[in-house]
Amino acid sequence: MSPPMLATERLHKSFGALKVTDDVSLSVEAGEVHALIGPNGAGKTTLIGQITGEIMPDSGRVRFAGRDITALATAERARLGLARSFQITSIFPSFTAEGNVALAVQATERHSFRFWRPAASMARLHDPARQLLRELGLAARADTIAAGMAHGEHRQLEIAMALATAPRLLLLDEPMAGLGNEESQAMLALLARLKGQYSILLIEHDMDVVFSLADRISVLVNGRIIASGGAETIRNDPQVRIAYLGEDDEFGEAHAQG
Amino acid sequence: MPRLNRRALLYLALLLMALAVPLYGNVYYTRFATQIAIYGMAALSVDLLLGYVGLITFGQAAFVGVGAYVTGMLTVAGIDDALIVWPAAMLVAVAFALVIGALSLRTEGFQFIMVTLAFAQMVYYIAQSLRSYGGDNGFTLGGRDALAGMSLANHTVFYYVVLALLVAVMAIAFRVVGSEFGMVIRGRRDNERRLAAIGFPPFAYKYAAFLIAAAIAGLSGALMANHSSFVSPAILSWQVSGQLLAMVILGSPGTLIGPVFGAAIYLVFQQVLSDYTDHWMIFFGPLLVARVLFIKEGVWGLLLRACGAHEVPAPGAVAPDRGAAE
Repeated sequence: MSPPMLATERLHKSFGALKVTDDVSLSVEAGEVHALIGPNGAGKTTLIGQITGEIMPDSGRVRFAGRDITALATAERARLGLARSFQITSIFPSFTAEGNVALAVQATERHSFRFWRPAASMARLHDPARQLLRELGLAARADTIAAGMAHGEHRQLEIAMALATAPRLLLLDEPMAGLGNEESQAMLALLARLKGQYSILLIEHDMDVVFSLADRISVLVNGRIIASGGAETIRNDPQVRIAYLGEDDEFGEAHAQG
Repeated sequence: MPRLNRRALLYLALLLMALAVPLYGNVYYTRFATQIAIYGMAALSVDLLLGYVGLITFGQAAFVGVGAYVTGMLTVAGIDDALIVWPAAMLVAVAFALVIGALSLRTEGFQFIMVTLAFAQMVYYIAQSLRSYGGDNGFTLGGRDALAGMSLANHTVFYYVVLALLVAVMAIAFRVVGSEFGMVIRGRRDNERRLAAIGFPPFAYKYAAFLIAAAIAGLSGALMANHSSFVSPAILSWQVSGQLLAMVILGSPGTLIGPVFGAAIYLVFQQVLSDYTDHWMIFFGPLLVARVLFIKEGVWGLLLRACGAHEVPAPGAVAPDRGAAE
C-alpha cells in the first residue's frame, strides 16, 4: 500500500505549560477528503502551522507522501505539492486577480532568478492563470486589482492560487468562513468538484459542508484527537457530543437533520 | 492621447530638460544638477528595497560610503580609470551587502530598520578610524577619474556621464522590477507569508534584491567621490540614510523615477532654505509630513496625474505600484 499523502506522527507542541498539540497522529490518504473539526481554541491553527512549516513541533514528525518533511521550510513543502488556503484571506492585494494566479504558476518553476524579460507578457504564466480563473468563475475579474475584489471572490482566488501550484494535497483552512449564502453554495460546489482530484485536509466549522464532503472526520479538542472516523461514527460519539454541547449549536442541528 | 504615449512624452520632456541644464551656461547649476542625479541614483536604490521588496532600510549610506571610499582609495593610489574603479566600488559595496544582508534580512520590520542602522554605524566608525585616510576629516582625491582615457574634470562632461549612468540604471531597474524576479519581490512586499506558501523562499529573493540595491548605491558613491573629489565619513552617516528615505517618500515609493524627483526637491529646498537658516529641517519636516498626509501618491504620482499619464493597469499586469510605507 502506498503511504498516505500526509501524515503527522505523534506531534507535540507546548507553549509554556499549555499543551496546544498533544500527541496528534493524523493522516490524509491519497484522494481522500479528511475533515478536521474542533471547537475554537482546540489547537487547529497550531496544528496547521506545524503541517505547513510555520511552527516547529517540540517532537513528532510530519510526512508528505512518505517523505519526512519535518525539517523543511514552508516554501520547500509547498514545492513538494502541499498547497493551502488561509483562514483569513491571504492574497497579493496590489496584483490583479490574474497576476495573483500567474505568480503562483511561476512558483512551480525551478527558480525565478530571471531578471530581464517582462513577466506580464509571458504566456506560460498567464495562459494557465486565465484558464484557472475561468474554471473558478473569476474570468471577468482577471484584470481587477485584487484589493478591490469582494470577500467571496478572494476566497475563490485563494483556491485558484493553490491549484496553480500543481498541488498534491490541499490544506483548506475554513474555506467557507464569512461567505454569504449564495457564495457558500458556489464554494461547496467547487469543493465537491475538487474532491477526488486532490487529497484534501479540510478545516471547517460548517458541519453541513463537513458531513457532505468528508470521507473521514477527526475531532480535535484541547490539542488531542478525541475521535476519528466516518460521519456516522462522529455523529454518535458521546465524547464529541460532550465537547460540542453548548459550544456550537450547529453540530446539534446538523445531527438533528442527519 | 493614450496614457502610455503621454507617459513616453513626459519621460522625453524630462530627459530633454535634464540634457539642457549645461546649456544654461552656469557651472553652478550644472554641478547642482549632477548632485541631484547622483543622490537620485542612491535614492533609487532605496526605492528598490522600500517600494518593491517592502524593506525599510536605514543603512543604505553604508553602501554609498563604501563605494565612495573604494573610489577615493584607488584614485589616490593612482588607479584612476573609471572603468576599473567604479565597478570595483560596486563590487566592494556588494561584498559588504553580502555580509550585512545575510544577517539583517533574518529580521523583520522595526528590527530590520535598527539592524541596518547599526551596521551602517559600524561602517561609519571603521571609516572614521582610517587614520591614513584623514580619519574624521576625510581626504581629497586630487582629481576625478578618467573614463577610458577621457578626462572627467570638465563639469559638463562629468554631468553627462552621470546622467547617462542614471538613465541606464533606471532602465535596468525598470526591467528588473517587471521581470519574473520583480514579480516575486513585489509579492514579498504585498504578503511574505503567502509568498512562502506558494513555494518561494522569501529570504533568497530579498537577499538578491538587497545586493542589487547595494551595487547601485556603490556606483552612486563612486560618483559622489568623483563629484566633489573628496570623501569623508559624513557620507556614511545615518543622516544620509535618512535623507535617502525622505527623498523616496517625498517622490513616490515604488516608481523608481519618483525618488529622483524627491532628491531634486529635497536638495533644492536644502539649498534655498539653508541660505536663511541652519535649521532648515524645521521647515522641511512639515513639508514631508504634508506630503504623507495630503499627496498620497507622492510628487511623481501627482505629476503623472497632472499630465493624464497615471497608470491604468494593462491586462494581466500588476497594479500601480504602491509604496510599502503607505
